[in-house]
Amino acid sequence: MTSLTDPPKESFRLGMLIYDTRYRSLTIQVVALIGFMIFAAWLINNTLYNLAEQGKTIGFGFLSDTAGYDINQRLLDYNSQSSHWRAAIVGLLNTLLVAFLGCITATIIGVFVGILRLSNNWLIARLMTVYVEMFRNVPVLLWIVFTMAIMIETLPAPRAFKGENPTASMVLFDTVAFTNRGVYIPEALFSRGLGDLPILPDRDSAACQPGEDGSVDDACGVFQISLDLLLIAFVFGGGLYASARIRKRADRIQNATGDRPKTWYLRLAVIAVPTLAVLVALGFHLGYPELKGFNFKGGTHLRNSLLALWLALSLYTAAFIAEIVRAGILAISKGQTEAAAALGLRSNRIMNLVILPQALRVIIPPLISNYLNLTKNSSLAIAVGYMDITGTLGGITMNQTGKELECVLMLMLVYLAISLSISGVMNWYNERVKLVER
Amino acid sequence: MSETAVERQIDRSQMEVSDKLAIQITHMNKWYGTFHVLRDINLSVYEGERIVIAGPSGSGKSTLIRCINRLEEHQAGEIIVDGTELSSDLKNIDKIRSEVGMVFQHFNLFPHLTILENCTLAPIWVRKIPRKEAEETAMHFLEKVKIPEQAHKYPGQLSGGQQQRVAIARSLCMKPRIMLFDEPTSALDPEMIKEVLETMIQLAEEGMTMLCVTHEMGFAKQVANRVIFMDQGQIVEQNEPNAFFNNPQHERTKLFLSQILGH
Amino acid sequence: MADIHFVRKAMIEEQEPPAATTGVAGWIRENLFSSPLNAVLSILSLGFVVYVLSALLPWVMSPTWSAASLNECRELIGGGHGKACWGVIRERWLQLMFGFYPKELYWRVVLDFALLLVAVAPVLFNTLPRKMLIFSAIYPFLMPWLLWGGSIWNPVVAAAGFVLGFLAHKYAKPVLGGLTAVILAFLVPVLWWFLLAGPVADGLASVLPLALETVESRNFGGFMLSITIGVVAIAISLPIGIVLALGRQSDLFIVRSLSVGFIEFIRGVPLITLLFVASTLLNIFMPPGTDFDIILRVIIMVTLFASAYMAEVVRGGLAALPRGQYEAADALGLDFWMAQRLIIMPQALKISIPGIVSTFIGVFKDTTLVSIIGLLDPIGLSNSIRADQAWNGVVWELYGFIALMFFIFCFSMSRYSMYLERKLQTGHR
Repeated sequence: MTSLTDPPKESFRLGMLIYDTRYRSLTIQVVALIGFMIFAAWLINNTLYNLAEQGKTIGFGFLSDTAGYDINQRLLDYNSQSSHWRAAIVGLLNTLLVAFLGCITATIIGVFVGILRLSNNWLIARLMTVYVEMFRNVPVLLWIVFTMAIMIETLPAPRAFKGENPTASMVLFDTVAFTNRGVYIPEALFSRGLGDLPILPDRDSAACQPGEDGSVDDACGVFQISLDLLLIAFVFGGGLYASARIRKRADRIQNATGDRPKTWYLRLAVIAVPTLAVLVALGFHLGYPELKGFNFKGGTHLRNSLLALWLALSLYTAAFIAEIVRAGILAISKGQTEAAAALGLRSNRIMNLVILPQALRVIIPPLISNYLNLTKNSSLAIAVGYMDITGTLGGITMNQTGKELECVLMLMLVYLAISLSISGVMNWYNERVKLVER
Repeated sequence: MSETAVERQIDRSQMEVSDKLAIQITHMNKWYGTFHVLRDINLSVYEGERIVIAGPSGSGKSTLIRCINRLEEHQAGEIIVDGTELSSDLKNIDKIRSEVGMVFQHFNLFPHLTILENCTLAPIWVRKIPRKEAEETAMHFLEKVKIPEQAHKYPGQLSGGQQQRVAIARSLCMKPRIMLFDEPTSALDPEMIKEVLETMIQLAEEGMTMLCVTHEMGFAKQVANRVIFMDQGQIVEQNEPNAFFNNPQHERTKLFLSQILGH
Repeated sequence: MADIHFVRKAMIEEQEPPAATTGVAGWIRENLFSSPLNAVLSILSLGFVVYVLSALLPWVMSPTWSAASLNECRELIGGGHGKACWGVIRERWLQLMFGFYPKELYWRVVLDFALLLVAVAPVLFNTLPRKMLIFSAIYPFLMPWLLWGGSIWNPVVAAAGFVLGFLAHKYAKPVLGGLTAVILAFLVPVLWWFLLAGPVADGLASVLPLALETVESRNFGGFMLSITIGVVAIAISLPIGIVLALGRQSDLFIVRSLSVGFIEFIRGVPLITLLFVASTLLNIFMPPGTDFDIILRVIIMVTLFASAYMAEVVRGGLAALPRGQYEAADALGLDFWMAQRLIIMPQALKISIPGIVSTFIGVFKDTTLVSIIGLLDPIGLSNSIRADQAWNGVVWELYGFIALMFFIFCFSMSRYSMYLERKLQTGHR
């Protein structure tokens, strides 16, 4: 269309732009680009005009203003005096937390259900089918609010635990309390703990001024990392590495002698023993929740909102993962199992050596895209009041500051960044598998 | 259908049938649901025998040899392989399966493993043979089926005939005493059928006990010492190849032969 | 070795399998107790089923159909817990279906969705007469008119735009050449819609005032709202998705980048952020003075959302076509658009139908998200029903009813899509 406006040159007819293959594709591209730019300019122009009409300006300065609202479930230090910026970070971590937990449980449940759906036990297979169809065909939002309602409506109030004849009691040797305000579980405490490591300390803040004994407050950084957890994670990671080395060694011995040494107890030991030793050294003990007044004190309080979201997202996504796992296993022809069986391999070896390596190639790409869906669906946290990034940046911050454009833009960019990293991992995996196969 | 499998003299020096039983099947019956697929099968296979099982599709011939290494379960009767009775006992099944090799119509190579890995998988994990030794054995058999140069390729990169020869080599790597062939050439193009048959004949010349479900009547005439004709889940006729082809007795056998040989 | 000669004298007749493997006992043994582990699992799951049913059935079998409030329910069941209060469903089910759509006009919604089935049928079942496709083409203009009401001339002049574009192309091509004809085919309808359509519709309305009673979008709610958003979004997203899929497969760098950028952006963000755009930003993006109502804005954003997913479905369909089809089309001398229209798209779309149905199920389920930005879809309505004094505290009955409705709808759709998939796999292509 706009090619009409292009000035014709000598020895060059207008029609050549569209009929000459040399120019045709260029013309179409230029037209598309100009069209896109006009459209974008039109949008921006409208936006600027409308914002000016409403007396708004575009800017991200509001992020350093005081947020003024509370976030009850958080991984970082945060209070109502913190900035919107920090609220967004806390929200982002909450998003990542529930996405991470959700992906793990969804995978476990999904793999389990997917395999059971293929069971030759009629009843089990049918039950799993019912589960899958029930969750797949009802909106995830409904499952989230439904789970939340179950937590609030059916669990006892903390005061039910009180008095001479309490109507409710704690479970697991009085260590866990299920209440309608959330679940209280024991917390990890360290009597000889190493304290926290402040990250990005702000030298000028009050917390960072050396006290009388010359030490600085632990809470002086932008955020703190628990040195105890860091150490435990480090030792645990070392254990995993050692265990991998033992497996490699078993492979070598098998290659050399044909006999594969039994190593599972050794592998378990190198993970468990050092980790336990560090726990003892740090004076690890559990802090139990206790009923004080009308509520529980001590222990870790898992809020209903987190639990409901976590549970509902896991169960919902697990239904899809189960189908993927089932399809992945079914995609491996029966002939593969028969050929392996005819060679004398036992069923667990057939699974490990023949079926799984092939099925995983079919399973992993759609599995990762379901992780992506779970992460995106975690934005429904807002329906149960879990303060994820949608609840903070896209919820209260947006409503308080009126900076809809900036907030929604940032929100989208955050999710986009998460999505692109996840699909980056997927592409990397696909490339790798392709190379191995051919 | 060609009258011969290969245009060469077959070396019969080692093709001896001993009087030792390799497989004994007595009064074996099998049902799929209520469908009676195998009806009162009685069959004794002696070591060194080369048996061809023929019959129209759906006659139960594949099911019969799949019962021998328990890819299918029989409901009545007895199957004894090399002195071991086939029952639901896993130990017996393992023992029999590692002594009985099987070649499938659709090759069933493991696509995620190289040719060499396909051949060494079972020796390493079942026979507990050191990898190096297993690889040497595998290369030996790959040379025998004439594709040692493909050892590091993946099955998808090979032609059908090559894949089937690898499948035979893979079975041989377990050093089986009996080989079962389930229509090994039905999924192949004509030129490729020849190369697979050549491999099978070579195996026969070395004295392997073989049970082949196949439509290759040339192979039956040249190599088999016995041809079994099955129909409707039962053995209808069995005889030496010459007598079987030249003088069939049962009406069904005559009909079948006239259809398959085209006279 | 014994004599191997054997000829069967009499064929063995088919016999009954051993009793242990047939009949109910055989079935139970095979499917429930084939191994000790299976036996344990069977007993455990049987226990589970009995437990769930024994808790659920008494709750469902509750004689509270006539109750007019939660308190009445409690009286009817004698104050005990563990029984449902079905009065709320009897009283509010129409609201859950139609929102606040005027009661006397329910027939329009019902007729609309019934006609939807008629319009979709020839697309889904190719045994039906091809002439029914004419109705499928008219339906997109009929549907909004029945739902929103207003003058009949509005949909008529909107449709006239397409007819004018087609006529312009047809008559201009022999005279002015292909390029000009295509440009005219775009330009004429646009000019018609922006400049002439309004006055013409008004003029016609004053001459022949055929109109349905207007219904404001804010009265839309319940499943009717979900279905409206879902159906409109999917219908419009299909052509957009086709264009995006072609763009994504194009050799032209800029066209491809724009398509990929759009598709990946939309697929990378949660729908809720797009709904935030609908509720807070869309009017800011539009020229000053534009005031799309919230349902229209939501439909626009859900359509964009669905388009990106649709593009991927169509791309899958295009990828599943054998190369030979493209080459054959080229060899016949068809130009790009002719090849697409006559050869590629009919096949690619047929392959894509199961994917399109799945996308529809996904979008339909996702319409529940509009409750977060304050629209009265079934979940939003359940909250407002609970806000009523009479039904304060009713949770399970409402959620259960909504879940059941979604389940029936989505489950039957997904079964249909699976049936199609099987048919496509076995059918000759």
